[in-house]
Amino acid sequence: MQLTNRSKQVSFKEMTVAEKIYFPAIVKGMAVTFSHLFKKRPTIMYPEQKREYAAVYRGQHVLKRDDNGAERCTSCGMCAVACPAEAITMESGERKKGEEHLYREEKYAKTYEINMLRCIFCGLCEEACPKEAIFLTDRIVDAEYERDTFIYGKDKLVEKMDKRIDVTKRQTPEVLAFKKIPGLKHNELYTGKLEKGKH
Amino acid sequence: MKVTIDGIEIDVPKGTTILQAARMIGPEVAPPTMCYYSKLKTSGGYCRTCIVKVTQGSTANPNPMPKPVASCRTEVMDGMVVQNITSPEIIEARKGIVEFLLINHPLDCPVCDQAGECKLQDLGYEHGSANTRYEFKRREYEPIDIGDKIKLHMNRCILCYRCVKTAEQITDGRVHGMIHRGDAAEISTYIEQSLSNDFSGNVIDVCPVGALTDKTFRFKQRVWFTKPVDAHRDCKKCSGKARVWLKGEEVLRVTARKDQWDEVEEFICNSCRYDHKKKSDWVIEGPSPIHRNSVISQNHYQHLNELKVEAMKHQKALGFMSINKKP
Repeated sequence: MQLTNRSKQVSFKEMTVAEKIYFPAIVKGMAVTFSHLFKKRPTIMYPEQKREYAAVYRGQHVLKRDDNGAERCTSCGMCAVACPAEAITMESGERKKGEEHLYREEKYAKTYEINMLRCIFCGLCEEACPKEAIFLTDRIVDAEYERDTFIYGKDKLVEKMDKRIDVTKRQTPEVLAFKKIPGLKHNELYTGKLEKGKH
Repeated sequence: MKVTIDGIEIDVPKGTTILQAARMIGPEVAPPTMCYYSKLKTSGGYCRTCIVKVTQGSTANPNPMPKPVASCRTEVMDGMVVQNITSPEIIEARKGIVEFLLINHPLDCPVCDQAGECKLQDLGYEHGSANTRYEFKRREYEPIDIGDKIKLHMNRCILCYRCVKTAEQITDGRVHGMIHRGDAAEISTYIEQSLSNDFSGNVIDVCPVGALTDKTFRFKQRVWFTKPVDAHRDCKKCSGKARVWLKGEEVLRVTARKDQWDEVEEFICNSCRYDHKKKSDWVIEGPSPIHRNSVISQNHYQHLNELKVEAMKHQKALGFMSINKKP
């Protein structure tokens, strides 16, 4: 019985003299090898040289600051509830008087942790964020020796003031247009104290 | 008295309002409410969310009413015909009401503790539009403390008067109320005097938005990460029946139990609400019924019965039940 039509008949025929001395076959093989010396090299010499990523590549997260350097995250929990891997946990704190330059709104994330072992880099947190605080970037999560070092806290996630991370490439034209609408509190920078009971 | 709401006829006693009659029929036809509270006398009539169209006043006078009426304040007449969700006019008008309610609302849901159980949020999702046409600065106030347990965010207030009526009717001697008028109206106490009555904490539960929030729960956890269970304890002041919001073994918050209209079933005292934040203080009866579309039921198990009923309805709708009856 034949299961497929791909079976091959094995032949045990005697090799010819040319085949027996192997030399022509070796020359043929070396010629193929030699020809590759003149071809374009596909290897990228990482980390000296880096491949260009797609604009929407989903790598390590960043917690953005606004133009004044205040943290955008208000610890609303939308990312954590959207996360299918339940990798995000946070604790909220209340902003005190005089901390307006540190935190954008009256509530902020006191701790914010992402377990990079659980994270599947789906980008749903980025999509759920109402404050444009969390973005996935083209950075790759480092390899570590210990499991608990994969739990990234705010020290690793919040962007450094001297090393700002550009995420404009990730934002759709609709989002960028929305950000230019004047009068929306979302787009305003913190200006100072509120006028009490006045328009 | 016979009244027809959205094509469904119901017999109600004299003196029933249209809203109450609609609620008797069920949640599908009941208009949403922001200020009306069945447990509080004289509440309702401020927010206009519950407007309905009366296409026939009564059998005696079959003329329609000239404009939409507030169903919480309008009593039924015999033979009245009412349209709520079946009237496109009302849906459109309600959208306008939502826009009005949101004129001064800061939309700081990511910060607000009420998010997830906020009636204004639900209303906005269901009836509102994504944009506002309001171009002026919203009125803004600094949040103030009313006593050491309640935080008042006047920005979020929609001036529904529920808290004022609660303080008047549930506690003796109210110390807070509305000052100024019209657009400048705000909830306030005498020089930020505290609400110190034993039942003052109930103003938090009746607030449909996040204007009055529990300071002991302030920014502790978002509601959808906590698990509500019905629990009771022996209390000399109140019935002791409450809803306890757990996170693991920790009691984060205690509120009164709410019925399907999101109204408090029994008001609880401040001692139950603020001072008993240990799991051992409470006898837990079981998980609270939470609507399955609510964000609070996210990641929680459902009532088995609820699931069964749901499945039965689904089967009936698909006609599975009638298979056996076929000849």
